[in-house]
Amino acid sequence: MSVIIGIKMNSFIENKLLNEVKSKILTIVLFFGLWLLLYLNLEAITNLLIFSLIDLTPKTNLTDAVWFFVFEVPKVLLLLVLIVFVVGIIRSYFSPERTRKMLGGKKLFAGNVMASLLGIVTPFCSCSAIPLFLGFVESGVPLGVTFSFLIAAPMINEVALVLLFGLFGWKTAILYMSTGLLIAMISGYIIGILKLERYVEPWVYEIKAGHMEMAEEKTLFAERITAGLDAVKEIVSKVWIYIILGIAVGAGIHGYVPENFMASLMGKSAWWSVPIAVVLGVPMYSNAAGIIPIVQALLEKGASLGTVLAFMMSVIGLSLPETIILKKVLKLQLIFAFVGIVAVGIIAVGYLFNLIY
Amino acid sequence: MVSIKILGTGCKKCQTLEAKVRELVASNSIDAVVEKVTDLQEIVGYGIMMTPGLVINEKIKSYGIIPKDDQIINWLNGN
Repeated sequence: MSVIIGIKMNSFIENKLLNEVKSKILTIVLFFGLWLLLYLNLEAITNLLIFSLIDLTPKTNLTDAVWFFVFEVPKVLLLLVLIVFVVGIIRSYFSPERTRKMLGGKKLFAGNVMASLLGIVTPFCSCSAIPLFLGFVESGVPLGVTFSFLIAAPMINEVALVLLFGLFGWKTAILYMSTGLLIAMISGYIIGILKLERYVEPWVYEIKAGHMEMAEEKTLFAERITAGLDAVKEIVSKVWIYIILGIAVGAGIHGYVPENFMASLMGKSAWWSVPIAVVLGVPMYSNAAGIIPIVQALLEKGASLGTVLAFMMSVIGLSLPETIILKKVLKLQLIFAFVGIVAVGIIAVGYLFNLIY
Repeated sequence: MVSIKILGTGCKKCQTLEAKVRELVASNSIDAVVEKVTDLQEIVGYGIMMTPGLVINEKIKSYGIIPKDDQIINWLNGN
């Protein structure tokens, strides 16, 4: 009897789940349709708003600034929602455990390449850097490979890429991503061949990390959609204010600060600007969104792209709070090596950008 | 009595989870001891790589996320 009830219950639950999936997918499709409609007509909507509704005179500084703001804010927010949602779903296929398994015992270089790429898609929060480091190293992921992961994960993230794409174009976004990956791969590789294991606190290799008993449950696609939506909620609620601020700065300084105000300080001709930007960026700590207003302002006023991106990478990729946390598991020598190697990499990328543009 | 441990070194999510668990325990008058574990070696001993971790009766229930209220209550009731 109980068996029969069990089966009935199961099919009832399955039906319910199926309906839930269907309604979720329907909502997503509807939502995406609306998204596309808005995104493709954003320019027309902005024109309608600015010239018909509030009736501003075309081609004045004020109108330009208002237009820029009214157009860019929804554009970047729309892009952000879509990308964060998609990345949220992709991330639900990756977990630190799976990534660790994939990286265990990998050879240098191939391991570094893989770790850097996995750094983009594996869920990561810098507050979990230490448990993750311990979990990786303890299960036999080489030190250099672990570092490749730890460098790529915070530096290359969907928020940074969306903002760069939305505000400065796809070329800038792709250059940022590929050079960021390159820095993570090469820095991790160098740390690997230098054999710096002796500068890891000895207790790290002695602890026995437990192995989780939690059964890996099958994740349903509906749950992945929920994961995507949760990511949107969490990230957008955290960064929207910076985006509005950043775009306001971009729009606002349009007419008020002389065009090439920053050119002599941070322009291409000032060769020393790249290392200084990186050195200034290390003690500063911000997420990708928080730095965008500054990036926007600097670029607008004639600072060169390489210098500004090097600054951005150093702010979000190398941060003082994170290095202080790392002190619990690494000796000072290794921390200096890590910061030094990555900083040199970022400086090289800065010069490369300046050369290309 | 249920033993609840929240594993975390002090990130924002960890504090949120701790507050939430304490509130759920109080409002549902569940007989439980809530403990915050900040010691790294102990946290790693549970095998998690993302904080916060939620341990109920020495079993990992979740990590890296803040579970939904009804999910936590379900776990607290022994499911």
